[in-house]
Amino acid sequence: MRNPRTGWLLLSPTLIILIVFGFMPFLYVLFVGFHEWNIFAAADGMHFNGLDNFRRLVFDNDFTTSLGLTAKFAVFAIASEVVLGFVLAQMLTRKFPGKSLFRIIHTFPLMVAPIAVGAIWRLLVIPGFGPVPFFLDRWFDLTYQIGTYPDQALWTSVIMDVWHWTPFVTLTMLAGLSSIPREPVEQAKVDGASRLQVFWYVTLPFLRPVLLTTVFIRIMDAIRTVDEVWMLAGGGPGTRFTGIYIWRVVFPKTDYGYGSSISIITLYLTIVLCWLLFIAISGRRKGEVE
Amino acid sequence: MRQRVGRLLLTYGFWVLMTLLTLIPIWWMFVVSMRSRVELFSRPNLAISRLFLENYSNVLTDSAFQRYMTNSIVVSTSNAVLVMALALLATYALSRYKLTGSDNIFFWLITNRMAPPAAFLLPLFIMFTRTFRIGDWTLFDTQIGLILVYCVFNLPFAIWLLKGVVDGIPIELDDAAMIDGAGLPGVLRHVVIPLAAPGLAVTGILSWVFAWNEYLFAANLTSVEARTITTGLAEFVTVTGTNWGELAAMSMITLIPSAIIVIVAQRYIVMGLTFGAVKE
Repeated sequence: MRNPRTGWLLLSPTLIILIVFGFMPFLYVLFVGFHEWNIFAAADGMHFNGLDNFRRLVFDNDFTTSLGLTAKFAVFAIASEVVLGFVLAQMLTRKFPGKSLFRIIHTFPLMVAPIAVGAIWRLLVIPGFGPVPFFLDRWFDLTYQIGTYPDQALWTSVIMDVWHWTPFVTLTMLAGLSSIPREPVEQAKVDGASRLQVFWYVTLPFLRPVLLTTVFIRIMDAIRTVDEVWMLAGGGPGTRFTGIYIWRVVFPKTDYGYGSSISIITLYLTIVLCWLLFIAISGRRKGEVE
Repeated sequence: MRQRVGRLLLTYGFWVLMTLLTLIPIWWMFVVSMRSRVELFSRPNLAISRLFLENYSNVLTDSAFQRYMTNSIVVSTSNAVLVMALALLATYALSRYKLTGSDNIFFWLITNRMAPPAAFLLPLFIMFTRTFRIGDWTLFDTQIGLILVYCVFNLPFAIWLLKGVVDGIPIELDDAAMIDGAGLPGVLRHVVIPLAAPGLAVTGILSWVFAWNEYLFAANLTSVEARTITTGLAEFVTVTGTNWGELAAMSMITLIPSAIIVIVAQRYIVMGLTFGAVKE
């Protein structure tokens, strides 16, 4: 009754669009990754140089530093978002007057364009008229300048990311929490489980697929963040994440061949990381069926 | 009773704090949008001293701004509709038909969203200016070009979101409808779409928001005619110094449509975001 051919037909528009605008560019970038090609170099055209670009990136300090910074950024931002998002979602499952108003306000940052988020936070921290450096200096005698101190720039971008994306985590957690069936929780309470035990043995396993999928999406998006951090710090020290480093190699330096090979490696690392998470998610689903 | 009041107070205290933390950055942007260039560089002050609307009137009367706004609305709305339609078909196919390698296809779809944007802009630019060309017409700087390219990151996300929703619809309902003589379009219209409605709604909303907010593709694949509002925002950051007041005013204006959508669709967002978690 269900002819696979119909299935492929339904899938085909999606596949065509993604192959043309996603996969073809990927092949192009992969191809260029094996070439030396500086768009504005005196000697024009691409020159095949085998694995030279990849050898170069292994010893490229800027690249490895950018990977470390990206990891730091992603880990701290996503961990805070998940914890905060879970607490907020838990609080939103209770009933209290004015709840939906609080929830709507909490959702606002999610809807702001990344580039506007960057602009807002730059306005907050810019030396001269931003309130953050002003009040930090006044109340805590702390010199705050993201252009000078790499650490402050990193933490500012983490906080900005938490501000921007926690609502997304809250919403998915809330959806996950509200789809947990009542009976197992009630049963556990009847059996005398403490609140922590209920959370650990009942809530968390039910929440696991949603939790992992949320983390998956956040990791993916955090690694390729460019525009909001760029707008905040202009690619200054401390915020040279991999996405931004690639940007600097490709555009100001126009070293397109090398930029392509970094992109391929970064994409590869992202895919491996996400594949592991994907196995964790779908493995759990298969386990439920058995 | 006393314990309950205490708990309620704690809840409110917490939420008021969260609300303040959420709103202060936006409030500051609003404050900046209400100030002239000179006032900005005086002492930082979180209060609004007077009604200064010049930034807003400058932005709103600019004909370029009006074009950007129209483009953004057309591009995000068409993209959201296209993504909803294609994602529904694709998810239905992945969920109901035995397709060789469907697990791998499912994962491959999402890898399209992972590409670091910088390096991928050049092949797209070449494609837009040279490959897709009919006479004088190219895909570059057109609304349709942006609508298609936004599918690259919106479609995979939409399919991932909808997969669990469609999986959750019992296959027996499809079969029953088919026995009653409904064809595939009938099944989709009378069974799948009504039951997947919250999921579809949230897919549409998030696609719309992502498309509305997208900057890098819009900035590099358009030049004049199809520029969107986010590229307009970045144009205020110039070599001769940034016009913060107008930038803030424009950011405030771009916030409004998204905010309206969130408020109207709040209920669906939560209902539809389960990623296929168990339903009772």
